[in-house]
Amino acid sequence: MNGFHLPPYARTMGMEVDHVEDGGVPVIAMDFAGRVQGRPGFLHGGAIGGLLEMAAHAALRAELDRQGSAFRIKPINISIEYLRGGVEERTFARGEVIRAGRRVANVRVEAWQGDRTRLVASSWMNFLLAPPKEN
Amino acid sequence: MSKDEKAAGLMKTIMPEGFVFDPERGARWFTRAGHTGFLGMEYHDHGEDWIELALPWREDLVGVEETGVLASGPIISLLDNATSMSVWTRQGTFNPQVTLDLRIDYVRAATPGKTVIARAECYQVRRSMAFVRGIAHDGDISDPVAHTAGIFMLVSSEGWAKP
Repeated sequence: MNGFHLPPYARTMGMEVDHVEDGGVPVIAMDFAGRVQGRPGFLHGGAIGGLLEMAAHAALRAELDRQGSAFRIKPINISIEYLRGGVEERTFARGEVIRAGRRVANVRVEAWQGDRTRLVASSWMNFLLAPPKEN
Repeated sequence: MSKDEKAAGLMKTIMPEGFVFDPERGARWFTRAGHTGFLGMEYHDHGEDWIELALPWREDLVGVEETGVLASGPIISLLDNATSMSVWTRQGTFNPQVTLDLRIDYVRAATPGKTVIARAECYQVRRSMAFVRGIAHDGDISDPVAHTAGIFMLVSSEGWAKP
């Protein structure tokens, strides 16, 4: 991942690259703490959303790196399904690039905790691809 | 005290009998701690079925270091909270609910340094679901930063929160 580094928001929230899976796709993780808590004992939906977006970004950056593309990535939209309450555990998220075209990329993202088959949230996200700025 | 008794006690604290949800006090209570407190969300304004929350810009919430543009994550959180509170504002009471789905369109990047305001409206409540929509802007609502539509599931208070 030459092109991807976690921005200040992600570091503030305690997100980190947990590991990189085959194919170069990073899994982003976030520990439970007061800063990500919504109602008592559960993860805040916005914190889950932020983690999903970061994993989507990371997966797309990895895919663009693989293609040798230095295009910039801008979020267009996201739709999140909350499947079950996130509990006081470490949360993981991984994105899958469905298509990276010339102008738009479509990414699916999932978040889970202890058991990868029991998803906490599922989402799709679209990105606008923009040529790198001329210096 | 058993876990259930603790949970019931927590619900009573949040919602004593005859409780009327005051959006301003409620919003201040819900933004005092946890994720909302950490992000620095604030109550801004409300009406019969809408509420506004504000999120002041902060360097450590930036998503693009080179430009200082706020990350979209805090905007999801802001819209999630504002839409959630719009349901209680419309109902005039507090009922446990969870986010079923939330869709957000990022219309443009938020202006670095500016406070983002989310105006959220609950436009219908059915027996199991509350339907919401909202706009995030940084000073001019006709020039939005983001637009959202979502659905909350109304749930029983049992197990809703863990004291």
